[in-house]
Formats: sequence, structure tokens, C-alpha cells
Amino acid sequence: MTNAVSISGLVKNFGSVRALDGFDMTVLAGEVHGFLGPNGAGKSTTIRVLLGLLRRDAGEIDLLGGDPWRDAVALHRRLAYVPDEVKLWPTLTGGEVIDLMGKLRGGLDPARRAEMLDRFKLDPTKKCGTYSKGNRQKVAIVAAFSSDVELFLLDEPTSGLDPLMVMAFRETVTEARREGRTVVLSSHIFADVEALCDRITIIRQGKTVQAGTLDELRHLTRTLIEVETEKAVEDLDKLPGVHAIQIEGLQASFQVDSDEIDRVLRHLVQFGVKSLHSAPPSLEELFMRHYGDDVSRQEAAEKRGTL
Amino acid sequence: MSQAFTGTLALTWVAISRDRIQLPVWILAVAAFMVAVVSIWNGDLSQEELVSVAQFYGVQPAVRMFGLASGATLGAYIMSRGFVVFAVLVAVMSILFVVRHTRQDEDTGRAELIGSASVGRHANLASAFIVVVGANVLLAVLIGLILTFKGLPVASSFAAGAAFAGIGIFFAGLAGLAAQLAGTSRGATGLALAGLGLAFVVAGIGNILGRVDEAGVRVVSAWPAWLSPVGWGQQMRAFEEDHWSLLGLFAFSFLVLAAGAVFLETRRDTGKGLLPERRGPSAASPGLLSPVGLVWRLQRGVFLSWAVGVGLFGIVVGAVSADLEAMLDELEGFDEIFERIGGTDVIVDAAFVTFMGILALVITIYAVQGLLRMRAEESDGPAESVMATAVSRRQWVTSYILNIALGTAALFLIVGLTVGVTAGIVMGDVAAWAADLVVAGLVHIPAAWVVAGAVVLAFGLFPRRTALLAWMVFVIAAVTGPFIGAMLDLPEWIQNISPFIHVPAVPGESVTAAPIVGLLGMAVLLTGAGLLAFRRRDIDVTSV
Repeated sequence: MTNAVSISGLVKNFGSVRALDGFDMTVLAGEVHGFLGPNGAGKSTTIRVLLGLLRRDAGEIDLLGGDPWRDAVALHRRLAYVPDEVKLWPTLTGGEVIDLMGKLRGGLDPARRAEMLDRFKLDPTKKCGTYSKGNRQKVAIVAAFSSDVELFLLDEPTSGLDPLMVMAFRETVTEARREGRTVVLSSHIFADVEALCDRITIIRQGKTVQAGTLDELRHLTRTLIEVETEKAVEDLDKLPGVHAIQIEGLQASFQVDSDEIDRVLRHLVQFGVKSLHSAPPSLEELFMRHYGDDVSRQEAAEKRGTL
Repeated sequence: MSQAFTGTLALTWVAISRDRIQLPVWILAVAAFMVAVVSIWNGDLSQEELVSVAQFYGVQPAVRMFGLASGATLGAYIMSRGFVVFAVLVAVMSILFVVRHTRQDEDTGRAELIGSASVGRHANLASAFIVVVGANVLLAVLIGLILTFKGLPVASSFAAGAAFAGIGIFFAGLAGLAAQLAGTSRGATGLALAGLGLAFVVAGIGNILGRVDEAGVRVVSAWPAWLSPVGWGQQMRAFEEDHWSLLGLFAFSFLVLAAGAVFLETRRDTGKGLLPERRGPSAASPGLLSPVGLVWRLQRGVFLSWAVGVGLFGIVVGAVSADLEAMLDELEGFDEIFERIGGTDVIVDAAFVTFMGILALVITIYAVQGLLRMRAEESDGPAESVMATAVSRRQWVTSYILNIALGTAALFLIVGLTVGVTAGIVMGDVAAWAADLVVAGLVHIPAAWVVAGAVVLAFGLFPRRTALLAWMVFVIAAVTGPFIGAMLDLPEWIQNISPFIHVPAVPGESVTAAPIVGLLGMAVLLTGAGLLAFRRRDIDVTSV
């Protein structure tokens, strides 16, 4: 398989703030690639560099065999972009914007357009000024996926969608993958990425901190378990991969590495489980745990820099 | 019922304190404008001159559109000449205020916050009405005082103020109604302003269809004038008959409109209008599907309103030209000013050069504003989505430059044509006047394009300072230019900074190629440099 995108040592400064600091990422052709990181880590900056909207200060980029700055127009015929905050012209209708963006990208498939409008329950006769955030996002998604392109760059595309529409979106991405198209999906919502992506890259403070398949990264994730038992739970601390144990009488709560869940559950059964609650880890927790507790402060600093 | 108005008084104070800058500025600006107007027009006009200016508004039917002749007195003259302008100002002030404090609060969500407190459903609307009525009464008193201090009859002066206030209050009521009907504050403002436009036209038609008395100084309007609140204000005939009773008509119609607004407010949801949301086509027409087509679509409405505006202004300028010639002959000193500015001793030509020069500055505002839209689309609009398609940066900027450059040129053509044709109709020889004044308009295009080119350069080099730099360039070009620069007697090298100083003074002077070519070259250079800079820089999105 060839690479759709390969980035190495990418640097981008905004004044004195270094938004990307030697960032690396490789996206294989035909895969759905998750691009994860806290807000302000550099996801949108990376995508804007890939689109030739921002000029890189250093680093090598190969995008579909071309240079994103020099070959912008030719490359843009072969890709579609959904921005994190979709802004539209208030006086144009959704349908007009979809047609316009499709045409400017090099044409769109009318049958596909109709299918997508139906799937996302979008009324194309309404003026964009009257659309909610979610509906504006739908306009951009419909416009992107009605085009016959090789690569989709999607920046937080589900942040304004309701759960039903998130399902429609996942279906759409799965279809695109089946047709052999490449998708880069930036998100800070772990569930989206878990449901869709073959491989992921995690970015923090402008640097790559992890990259690989989901299975390879499974060790990063921990599940929070709260359990109520008939007898007090014992010997939890002797099991591998169990952390942050708190036991109060018959209530126990702890975190467990995802690849150790099976062993822990077997252990719990002997104490007579009355109720059990488990929650997947949020990405924020993951970052807090693996990369220190200064994420939010760092985030705020980076956000200021890009504003 | 009374519960629905709970909290009105408290909200009234909130409205006053929220508007403690904007509304007083409006009131003082209108009052100051009245002071300026009466000091220009109070001149020591003789009785014959008063008769002749009254006849100007009485005899020519087309001129009656802009004023109603009510006899040969100074007060009546001020009323015929200034009434429509002040009526429009007061009405616009009232409309904007009411929409700002009702519908706009809903758009921003502020109304929801207030509505969740213990205030009645109609409290907000009622408080807006209270403040706007108060503002109009205050303005009426101020205008009455200003006219009185100018030595005009006291009762009539206050009747004039009351006529303006009546119109302002009427349109406040209309705006309150429009705020219930329209889906957004922009829609509500548009609806109320359309009502104002209609009222102006209907009153004008009533005056045009009216009859003039034998002396030619008093027009009796036809019935359509009575259908329009602007017409009622004119029919009060301040400084002639002072029909105070017409205030009853204003009061009654305001109460009907306000009651209608209150009634409609009980029948709709917050944030929604009663009129259905306007729908549009579900697919784009072929004309939209290109960068140039898109910009034209975005700019079309603005351009058309400018075209109508400068066209109407051109007609007025052309229509008063004959009158101007006569007046300027009598007024000592003015010819000297026009000569100095216009560079020719043929007084009408000099006056036209002056008018065209002023209009050129006004039209340049269109160019600056239009190009600044690029920055708005970049920082807080869909520009990055467009440039993420197969549209190059050069194409994107060029689509704006083309639209604005051609639009600006078209406005100059419209001004030249409207001034020329109406001046030709008034003074005879339409073809010659039209040809002269079209040229007089078109020669300004390169100068406007130079300012436009500077805006493109600012946009390319300093995206975050584009608006500031653009308006600075405009102000410098205007201040050092032919009017203010000449008036202030600025040194020649400073005056030469302004592109407008290099425009041939047509009509009067002949057109020479050198300055035109020079200005065009400058415009191309600035635009090209801006384009190059833009292609090399980051797209700058302010909000992430």
C-alpha cells in the first residue's frame, strides 16, 4: 500500500508560538486514519498546512504525491475538506452551497447528492443563515461526500451532530473506505475514532506522541470499573494492570488496562457481583494519565497562540 | 392582561442605560444637522428671492417629490427643502431603536434571558415604545427651540418639531409590528425601511399630482399624500397653517400599530416570526457556480442599492443645476470657492466638477467596503473552504477585484448619466450634457481604483489591520484631495498625495491621457503587489 499522506518533522510557528514542533504522520492509501489530540494540540493547524492554507516553516510533506503548498489547486481536485467550524454564506441556501462547493472542487454526482441529503435529513431550500451548527456541518459533509475524490480531510466533523446523525456519518465514512478512499478524521471524541479508524496518530503540543493501529494502542486505554459485591473485594492490587483502587466496604472502584479486563472480571466473580458499572476512558483522562497533568494549561497557552 | 406588562418600567430603565450612547448621539446629530441647515439657509433672502425658491418647489412637478411648497416665507422654505431629509432621519432612528430593543434581543438570545425573569410577555416591547416616544418628543422640543432661536415664529417652530416626532413615532410603531412579522432583526429592519420608502414615494406622488396656486408658491396635494405619514407631516404645514390637529392622526395610527404588535406578540414564539422563513432554490443556478459568480451573488444586493442611491442623487444634482446657475449668480463669494475647487471660471461647470468630485469620494467608499468583504470572508467566513477547493488564491482575489472594479466603474457611469440627462432636460441639449457628464464621471474611475489597489495591498500584507489601513488610505486621499485640501490651502506636495487631485477637471478642462494612464498604472501596481503578498502568506482565521 502506498501512502496518501506522509509528514515528517513538520514545524509551524505563529509568531513566537510553535504550534507544530517536528510533527510526523503517515496515512496509508485506503485507510481511515484517526487524528487524535486535545483541543489546541495542533490538529487543525496540521490539516490547514495539508490544504496549503498555511505555509510550513520546516518539514517534509507528501500529499497524494504532491506538495500541498506548490500543487494546491491540482491536489484540491482530488480531496475534500470539512472544517471544524463550518461557516457559510447566510443568504445562500444549503443546496446552493453544496452545488457550489462541488463545482469548485471539480464536479459532483447528483444521485449521490440526493442520497446524502436524504440520509442526513437536510432541507436544501433553507437559507444558511437559519441553519444550526449541526446543520451547517451537514451541508459541508454532504458537499464533501457527493464529490468523487480520493482523500477526505475531516476536522472534528461530528462535534455538532446529534447521535442519529453521527450514525449516518459513520455509515458514510465506512462506505467511502469500502470504495477505497482515504479518510483522515480528526477528533477528540474517542468513540468516533474507535468505531471507524484503522490506525491513529495522537498529537500533543505539536508533536506525535503515539501512532499505530488501535490494537497496538490498546494498552493506552483504561476502563473505569465501579462494582458492588456481597463480600468485600480482596487482592485486587495483586492483579497486573489494575490502578487507582478505592475500596469502601462492599463498594470498590478502580481502573484497569483494557487488555487485563477479562482476568479482573474473573477475579471479581468470586466475591458475588451485585452491580457493575464500567466506563471507557475519555481521551482527556488518557492524556492526563500518560502525558502529565499539565495538558489543560498547555492547551490554553497554545490556543492563545493560534487565536 | 396587566400581568403581560409586568416589569415594563424596569426594562425601560435597562433600555435607556443600554442605549445611553447611541440614542443621544442620534438625537444630537439630528439636532446639530438642523442647526447647520438653518444657518446655511437663513441668509438674508429678500421677499422676491423667497418667492422664487418657493416657486422652485411649487412649479416643477418633479421637484415636488422632495418638498411641499407652503408659501413664500423663510420657515416654509426650510420646511419644503429639508422636511423629507429630516423625516427620513427621525424615522430611521426610531426604526433602528425599536428593532434593536425587540427583535435583535431575540436574535442574540438576550430576550430569552430576560423572558425567564419575572417580566411580562409584552414588557420588552412596551419599554421600547416608551423610550422611543420619549426620544421623539425630546427631539421635537429641540428642533422647536433651534428654529425659535433662529428667529422663526415660536408656535410654528414647535409645530415643525412635532411633525417630525409624529413621523418618528409612527415608524416606531411600524417597526414594532415588523419585529413580530419578520424572522430576523435584519428582516424586521428591512420591512420597516421598505414601509418608509413607500411612505416617501406615496407622499411625493400626492404632491406631484397636486395643484399649484396662481402665485406658484403653494401646492395643494392630491389625495395620495393623505395615505402616507410623511404626507401627514407635510400637511401640518408648519410656518403656514400649523395644523396641530393632525397630531391626532399620528397618535391614533401609532396606537393601532402598537396594539397590532402586542396582539401578534401573543400569537408567536420567541425568536420566530409570523411570516414564513424565506426559502430558496434547492439547487444552484449555473451563474453562481464560479468564484466570480459567487462574489457577484454576494455583492449584488449592495451594488443595486448603491446604484439606486447614486442614481437618485444624480437626478437631484442634475435637476437643481439650472436653479444653481441662477442662485450662484446672485451669491457673492461662492463662485470664487467653486472656481478654486473646480479649476474653471464657468460657474456651472465648476459646480459639476465639485459635485462629481464629492460623488467620486462617496463611490470610492463602495470600492473600499466591497474589498473589505474579502477580509471578513477570510477571518470569519467560508473563504478557507473555498480555497480548499480547486480555486487558486489568485482566482479568489481576482474574483473580488473584478466585481468591485467593474461595479465601481458602473456607479460612475450611472452618476454621469443621471446628472447629465437630468441637467440636459432642465437646461436643454440632453445629448451634449449627457456626453460631458458621463466623461466627467468616468475620469474618476482610475483614482478610485488606486484607493482600491491600496486596499488589496493592505489585505495582502497586513490581514489583521486591513480595515484600519483601508479606511486610513481613504481618509488621507479624501483630506488631501481637491476639496478639503484646497479649502485648507495645504501645500501642493501634500495635495499631490491624493489620487483624486490628478483627475482632470471635467467638464471645463479637456481630458489628457497622462494623469489617467499614470493613475491606472499605479492601481495595477498596488493591486499586483497585494496579490503577490496574499499568495505568499498564511490564511488568517481569527476564531478557531
